[in-house]
Amino acid sequence: MKHYLILTAFILIFNFASAQNKLYSSNKTEFSFFSKAPLEDIEAKNTRANSIINLSNRELVVRIPVSQFQFKNKLMQQHFNENYMESEKYPYATFKGKINEELDLSKAGVYSVSASGILNIHGVDQDRKLSGKLTVGEKSLLLETLFEVMLIDHKIEIPKLVFKKIAEKIEVKANISYSPYTK
Amino acid sequence: MRKSFLLFYLLLPFSAFAQEDLMKLVSDSNEVFVRTATFKATRIINGHSVETVGKNNMDFIISHRFDRINRGFEEFFGLDAATNRLGLEYGINDRFMIGLGRSSFQKTFDYFAKYKLLRQTSGSGSTPVSVTLFGGYAICTQKTTPQLSGSDRSSYTAQFLIARKFSEALSLQLSPTLIHRNRADIFTDNKTVIATGIGGRMKLTKRTSLNGEYNYVLPNQIDDNYKNNLSFSFDLETGGHVFQLLFTNSFGMTERQFITETDGSWGSGDIHFGFNISRTFSFEKKSRAKP
Repeated sequence: MKHYLILTAFILIFNFASAQNKLYSSNKTEFSFFSKAPLEDIEAKNTRANSIINLSNRELVVRIPVSQFQFKNKLMQQHFNENYMESEKYPYATFKGKINEELDLSKAGVYSVSASGILNIHGVDQDRKLSGKLTVGEKSLLLETLFEVMLIDHKIEIPKLVFKKIAEKIEVKANISYSPYTK
Repeated sequence: MRKSFLLFYLLLPFSAFAQEDLMKLVSDSNEVFVRTATFKATRIINGHSVETVGKNNMDFIISHRFDRINRGFEEFFGLDAATNRLGLEYGINDRFMIGLGRSSFQKTFDYFAKYKLLRQTSGSGSTPVSVTLFGGYAICTQKTTPQLSGSDRSSYTAQFLIARKFSEALSLQLSPTLIHRNRADIFTDNKTVIATGIGGRMKLTKRTSLNGEYNYVLPNQIDDNYKNNLSFSFDLETGGHVFQLLFTNSFGMTERQFITETDGSWGSGDIHFGFNISRTFSFEKKSRAKP
């Protein structure tokens, strides 16, 4: 009986450790978006996102604190949070997905990848396939991606009464560097 | 017994990380974020709010106060006469701002600085309130007989603005205030007056809110004919502008005027309609990250 328990413990620890070895977590992230508008272009940067990628099953998650997008124009930033994203109500944008290509990501190289999964912005889930470039190095990963978000897909309302026209489509760019996950 | 253990071993390899577990790992519970937008503008109505203008941003504020509503139809309920204040405010950084203004009422110039000492945060170990320090100087330049010296026309204001955003909709502020006039208009008045402001906003929709503000002057400091300032406003923001449509019992827009020299009474209809319009400009260099 005792042996079984020890064996169980070993297997559990080994299992956990081996799974952990294949986990990479973000150490540096930069999300930015850009939207062309007639009066003033809208752009913002966010360096407070977190992401984890599991190389063994190619799953990845990304979590972006919406309120941490920094705008040059602080009033625009306030409007972004208060009026469009409602970031007190929906504090995070997330992506849960899986890399489609069956690649051996333990080998160094540059891979064109796509990931399918659920993009949640403004509390609204959307099934998306996002594509990007994954650079695998020794104990490091770099993921670069560029995708578009339609405001209407995520129920982000554009008010009728605005002086500034806002594009219905926002281009989002992300650069995420990863290193092996350590707790 | 053994069989069940064997079954358990068989299942173990499948206990790999699922996406939900990854999401848990990525959710850092120690994140602390500054709570923003306690108020929409740098003023609650007449008095300052804890908000400052962002770094390298400039606000241009146009304010009007019309005459008393109880002037009646002949004066078109006060709309025939008005005072205005033109103001410019600039953010040195995200905590420190400076501003100046010129009011037509008593031809007053005012200069001030505001510094965000504490910012309310959410998350673990959070700061419960925002605290902003305010210091201002104002001088009336209207000709009087006899002509007063510049020093006699000057006043100083110091405020601790303490605010908390209780929810997305409700923010409240307490503003302990000290005002010093080098020369009070009524010579029996204290030159240095202690007051406290109470203000708040209630969001109605994403872009509109109702604000209220009351400035209470502690007793036995100023003449009984002076009333405490009480104001209500409806705020509407549209893109780069914030409109505040307001009702107040004060004509003046500097602290000395509306806190210590308000002579209108809500009870007898001495109510002024007015508005503040602010427009923000950004001077941050453009780093066009064009795709």
